[in-house]
Amino acid sequence: MEIDISKLILAIITEDPQLVSGGGAPVFIASSAEEKEQMALNLSRILGGMIHDLGNGVFFIVKH
Amino acid sequence: MLYQNAIVSGLVAGVLARLFMLRLDYRQYPTYPHDLITHIALGAIAALIGAVFIPALLLKEFTAVTFLTIAAEQFRHVRNMERETLLKLEENELVQRGVDYVEGIARTFEARNYLTIFAAIIASGLTIWIGWLYATAATIIIIILSQFLKTGQVVGEIAEVVAAKLHFKGPLLMVDDIVIMNVGYPPSQEKILAEGMAVMIKPKDDNGRAILHSVGQRQAILHTAAALLGTKLEIAEPDFTPLARKDIDTGAIGLFILPLEKDFECLRNIIERSPVLESASRKPLETQAGRIASD
Repeated sequence: MEIDISKLILAIITEDPQLVSGGGAPVFIASSAEEKEQMALNLSRILGGMIHDLGNGVFFIVKH
Repeated sequence: MLYQNAIVSGLVAGVLARLFMLRLDYRQYPTYPHDLITHIALGAIAALIGAVFIPALLLKEFTAVTFLTIAAEQFRHVRNMERETLLKLEENELVQRGVDYVEGIARTFEARNYLTIFAAIIASGLTIWIGWLYATAATIIIIILSQFLKTGQVVGEIAEVVAAKLHFKGPLLMVDDIVIMNVGYPPSQEKILAEGMAVMIKPKDDNGRAILHSVGQRQAILHTAAALLGTKLEIAEPDFTPLARKDIDTGAIGLFILPLEKDFECLRNIIERSPVLESASRKPLETQAGRIASD
């Protein structure tokens, strides 16, 4: 039986640090939209999570 | 030997009945060749038990009848084994069958062995009392009947499948008005729009709505669709997970899949021919309250 964490924000990627504060997940600051996408892809592959979009340009990785 | 013909005819009838029911199993099973042998072997044992049932009674060997209970116990054990095997395999399944489907398969497996016993009893009894010609005719009738009885309902009978529009509302993947999931990665969104498929499964009445409400039923449909059309879902690619979500107002199901073979007619066919699971089968319209509530 494998025990796994799920439904947890593993990382947050944003261009604008103003939009996020505190919290338990590490926040990664990107300098452009392309960089944000690339960082999100890398993080999702490393963490095995899915990239979600909060709608305001903030990406976050959730393990399902 | 006494009752030789009866036992042989019962055995033949039982094995034949099992073989014909096996053909219906085919679509449900992932067709493991060894499973096939297990099915036939157990079917033969069941047929033999049924075939000796009446001869044993006629010879006043009443204790022999108690062996039926051992057989029943044995087949129940087999059902558990089947369930365990499928649930273990499920761990490595990307699009899972779901517990309901596994339970349905295991239950069917057990029930079909009882039908085999039943066919064998009838055939051997008829051979003893009115001759093997009648027994043959009865066997054919039983086989035809079992084909009808064991097919069960399919999704096409309780709902209609229509094409639906796959689109994004911001990062939300939508099938018509139903939110499926949040897909954040833009290249994934493009791929889903270009290669994904969406259908609406609209229940025909309240019974259909209650059946589609079952999460296990939806998972079974998804599993069948993904198994037959293929899916681009891969480890660490959760964006392409096929999903089925309900319209909470109408009870219709919006289904999204990123298939390898993009063919609407095939997908519709697959969904319509997916079995309605026994555990999902609900009939609110059979009750008075359900009928009154439906209008």
